[in-house]
Parts: sequence; structure tokens; C-alpha cells
Amino acid sequence: MSRFVERHPAWALIAIIAIAVALWLIFAVWPPGLEEAIGRKRVFLNAVFNGITLGGLYFLVASGFTLIFGLMRNVNLAHGSLYLFGGYVGYAISTATGSWLLSFIVAFVLTALVGVLLQVIVFRRMEGQDLRQTMVTIGLSIVFADLMLWACGGDFYQVQTPNWLIGPVELPLITAVKSSGEPVYLRYPMVRLVIFAASVVIGVAMWLALNRTRIGMIIRAGVDDRDILAATGVRIQLVFVAVFAFGAGLAGIAGVVGGTFQSLSPGEDIRFLLASLVVVIVGGMGSIPGAALGALIIGLAEQLGSVYIPTYAIVVTFLIMVLVLAIRPQGLLARR
Amino acid sequence: MSLTHDARLAARPAAAAQRPARTWPELNNPAAWIVAAILVVMPLIANGFFLIEIFATTLILGIMALSLMFLAGYGGMVSLMQLTIAGFSAYMVAVFGVSGNANISLGWPWWLAVPMALALATAFGTLGGALAVRTEGIYTIMITLAIGAAFYYFTNQNWAIFNGHTGINTVATPHFWGVNWRADIPFYYVVLAVAALCYFAVEYLSRAPFGLALQGVRDNPRRMAALGFNVNAHRVAAYAFASFIAALAGVLQVWNYRQISPGSVSVGACIDVLIIAVVGGITRPIGPFIGALIFVLLRTFALDFLVRLGLDGNRFRLLIGLGFLAIVFWSSDGVIGLWQRWRQSQRSRDGRQGGGRIHG
Repeated sequence: MSRFVERHPAWALIAIIAIAVALWLIFAVWPPGLEEAIGRKRVFLNAVFNGITLGGLYFLVASGFTLIFGLMRNVNLAHGSLYLFGGYVGYAISTATGSWLLSFIVAFVLTALVGVLLQVIVFRRMEGQDLRQTMVTIGLSIVFADLMLWACGGDFYQVQTPNWLIGPVELPLITAVKSSGEPVYLRYPMVRLVIFAASVVIGVAMWLALNRTRIGMIIRAGVDDRDILAATGVRIQLVFVAVFAFGAGLAGIAGVVGGTFQSLSPGEDIRFLLASLVVVIVGGMGSIPGAALGALIIGLAEQLGSVYIPTYAIVVTFLIMVLVLAIRPQGLLARR
Repeated sequence: MSLTHDARLAARPAAAAQRPARTWPELNNPAAWIVAAILVVMPLIANGFFLIEIFATTLILGIMALSLMFLAGYGGMVSLMQLTIAGFSAYMVAVFGVSGNANISLGWPWWLAVPMALALATAFGTLGGALAVRTEGIYTIMITLAIGAAFYYFTNQNWAIFNGHTGINTVATPHFWGVNWRADIPFYYVVLAVAALCYFAVEYLSRAPFGLALQGVRDNPRRMAALGFNVNAHRVAAYAFASFIAALAGVLQVWNYRQISPGSVSVGACIDVLIIAVVGGITRPIGPFIGALIFVLLRTFALDFLVRLGLDGNRFRLLIGLGFLAIVFWSSDGVIGLWQRWRQSQRSRDGRQGGGRIHG
């Protein structure tokens, strides 16, 4: 951090000013002139919170994607299908048993199993052939999409939110002040906050596991140089299977999350595949902090864009990607 | 890169033996003459449905896949945005030309609207290419896929130019010299002429200095850079050429269906173009057309066929996906690769019987 400030003082200054402006916009009571210019603060705050929580969901999907890419150089374009599969499994479990938490566990286990099968049956056979693996994942995503359409039909499904998470919660953020001088606080759906907190916990746990444990050390070594790691006697195929299972499982969990606060239908797989592609291109391939930063940026851009410039919201996302590619082709937080 | 690489290694000896450098290989190939003759007299054989729905559609999809084949086979860059470029060009024809949506279309005559659309789509594809060449290999797939998907969502959201998810309908088609060029037979010949032009342009370019330099860049970019070639300029130029071909296909497509909507530029359709090129084979320009024929035949008749077998007719995409997987698994050079391997095994059997005449 301090090295970044030393090397790019101008960029650091811009970043600090931007963060300060954002914090002021979130915490201060807006003067009337500002409300007239860009609308009410409640709308803005809602968009920001939606963006951050959506970023949490994107992080869950993209972190598995980027982990698999980082270690195995395998662009898994069937990742969106794993997301949708996890969502459908979660929906089936939660309607059958009524337990929301159980649906997460089952979705994780089943998608992880699919991941293990993919790695053992398909990808191990064509190790080192990046392009061919990618083509195979494209074929698999078509097959999976059609099988899921066959099994679940084209309907919209929504995973039932448990009772203890339904309803809004009041946050200590003032959206406006009534004429009587009484402040109005922001009310926000509880479930989205809980899910966001959970994705932060998962992200931090992943970071700790990667940087503080032995298995994390092996994975980081594998990202840097697979061959040398294998030569030191690590059973690299086992590590590959484990990482693929974990990444796929994360996509499954994300599917349940997405099914809870959005909905599940055919086509969602491609939407989330695109989201994870853009997130990892912006954040940097193979980097977990990069995926977190990218997810936050893309989530915020998408939500703020759809509130303030509705017909061009997707262009904002795309422009961010173009800008990153133009300035830093390897992504914001990638090493190299 | 390995997909093209394996296939090239297999194809090289056969190709080197067959064709002397710098001539048209088709001239000495009787099969090529027969196919050309059949294509020319097709309107006598086939009725309107087969002529347009099967053969013209095949040729149009084949042209799109040809642009991908040029990039992937000679440049080593697998671009998933070729359909997006074609779709952009189709939208531009509809926007600048005459259509049922008078509030959007500018009503230019076709001979102004089409060059405009071609120029804009080529510029669009070249810009996308300039973005994509900043990265390599599998990153190219991801970036071009992201561009394609962004364009799809943009056309869905934007009503001012692209008319949202309804798209632009009843696009006018050219009438001149007293001929309705969208009538079945004239349109078939227009499509055939453009397809032949694109095919021979790619064939020519693959043996021209530019194409050879491009193949050098594909095989070893660092060495080409050391020899003084501007690697990125070659790649961007390849994108520009491929974009122009894709744009031509887009114009034909919008004339064929007379409408364009976001559904025609969806991510699934982008991937279909890749499937067509890979199933056909991406080492030779004829591959995409073979792939397109298989794809169109499957798309048109798979439903009846599956129902006749007593299966669910809606599982057409499953069939396509499984076929694609099988091709990627077992033949890295698509249907042409299978054919070539079969020919080679035949020839080696003949050679063994003939007592080593090949080495003599």
C-alpha cells in the first residue's frame, strides 16, 4: 500500500479524494441543491447497497473461477452452468426440507462432486492444452444448459428466504431529515446484508487459507510453477481435484444465494459467466483480492448505472473493462 | 493454441505433398469442380425451401464461420465476436436503410446503407480486435466473449438505436435492374457469389505474404518480432479483414430474414459460430462451410429425426453439444481432419500394396 503511494502519488491522491467523496455521499445529510441535481439520497444509498451486495454475489461466483484458472490455467466456461446447477439443487432441497442452511450444504457438496467428475474424467486427459480445454467447457456448458432445461423447464424459481431473515432492518444511515427535524434512517433487506457478510467471511477465510496454511502454500506454489511443485513430490493431481471441487462448490453456493435474492431461470448461467469473466478481467486472472475488487467495482457500476443511466448501464460495465485492458491488460491486482 | 497446433502437424505432410506453392489448389481437384457445378445449378435441383432455408443459410453461416476460421486457423486467435460483428453490420443496414420502424431507420438507399454498414462494422471489429490483441490465447476468447455478451445486453437495453428486444423488422431488400434481389433464385446467387468471393479471398490471402507472415506470428510471435515484423499490427490487420468478411455475412443475413433482433446476436449464437468452425475444421477455408451445412441440416431436421426415434424433439441443442464435444475430444481438426485421416490410412494401405512406390 505505502509502496503504491510512493510510486504513484497522483493516482493515490485521486483514489483518496474519490473515497472521501464516496464516504461523504454515504454518511452526510445531502444539501437540497444536491438532491435536486441527482435525485434523492435514499435512491442513491439503495443503489450503493444493492451494488455492494451484488458485488458479494459476483465475488462468490468469480473467486471459484479465478482460483481454478490461477492453478490449472483452465478457463472453465461451464462455470455459469455450475452456478445454475447449484441454484436448482438448492431450490429443490429448500422446498423439500424447508431448511435454507441445508440447501447450501447440499448444493456445495453436489456441485463439488460435479467438479471432481469434470476434473478427473475430462480435464486430466487434456492437461496443458488450454484452448482444447476451453472448447470442451463450451461444449459442456451447452449440454448442461439443455439438460437443466429438460429437467427444470423454462420457469422462474426463487429459493424461499427463511423467516428469521425476512423483512428490512434499520441502518444507522440518515437518508433525509423530516421537516420536524426527525432523521429518517435507511431500511434495507436483512437477507442481503447477511449474505454479503457471509461472502466477506468466505473471502477472508479463503485469503487466510491461501496465505497462512500449508495447503494454501502448495496452491500458491502451484500457481507460480506447477512443474517444479510436482517435482518436489507434491501430489499435484490431488491438489487440482481439491481446488476444482472447491471452486465448483463455491459456484454452487453462489447459485443458492442468487436464487434467494434474484431468481433462477435458463439464461442465468450465461449472465453469471459473463459477470465472472468481466470481474476477473478487471481484477486480474488468478488473484482472489483481484476478484473481490473487480466484483465490487462491477456490482457498483451495474447498480448505479441502472439507476442513473438506465439504457446505457451495460456500457458502463463494458467501458470499465476496456479501460482496464487499455491501462493494465493483466488486470488491476494481478502480479506479473 | 494446441487445438490448431495438433491439427497442423497432422495436416502438413499431406498438404505439402499435394499442392505446389502459389497455385490455386482447387484447379487440379475434380471434386472441387463438381461441387462448384452443383452449387451453380442448384436452383434447377432444389425448390425454394431447400434453396434458401438450407443452402443460402448454410453459405451465410459459413461466411461468418470463415471469418473465425481465418483468425483461428491462420492467426491463432479464437474470436467469439465474429457473429457480433455480423449482427452489428446487420443492425447498421437496418438503421441506415429502409425498414418498418420508420422512427429509427434513416431511409438511405441500399447502395449507401450497405457500404456504411460494412465500414462501421469493420471499424467496430478492428477496435475490438485491437483490444483483444493486448492479451493472448485463452484471454482472447474471454475478452471477445465479453464483447459479444455486452453487445447483446446493450441491444436489449437500448431503444434509441437498436429498438430494444423487439429489434428492427421488415427491413427493405434491394430492387434494381428490374430484379427483386430477395426473390429466392437471385438471392441464392448473390449469397453464392459473396461466399465464393470470401472463400477465394481467404484462400489467396493465406498464401500471400501477409498471410504467411500471419501464420509465422501464430507459430512463433517472438521470432517474427525479432525478424522485424510488427506482430500486433499483423494481428489487428487480420481482425480487420475477418471483420469485413463477417460484416458481409451480416448484410446477407439481414436481407435473408428481413429483420434483426437481439436474439440473433445472443451469446448462444456467438458460440454456434465457433461450433460450426470447429466441427468443420479450422485449418482450411472449406471447413466452415462443411460445418455450417452439418449445423443447418441438424437444426432443420433433428426435430423430425428425434421424434421418429421416439425421443424428445426439443433436445436438438443437446445433440449439437454432444456432437461438438465428440469432435473436440477425438478429432482436433473437425470433419476435414477425420476425412484426411481416412484418406491417409487408405493411401498408406495402397502404398503398402504397391511396394513402397511412394519413396521411389
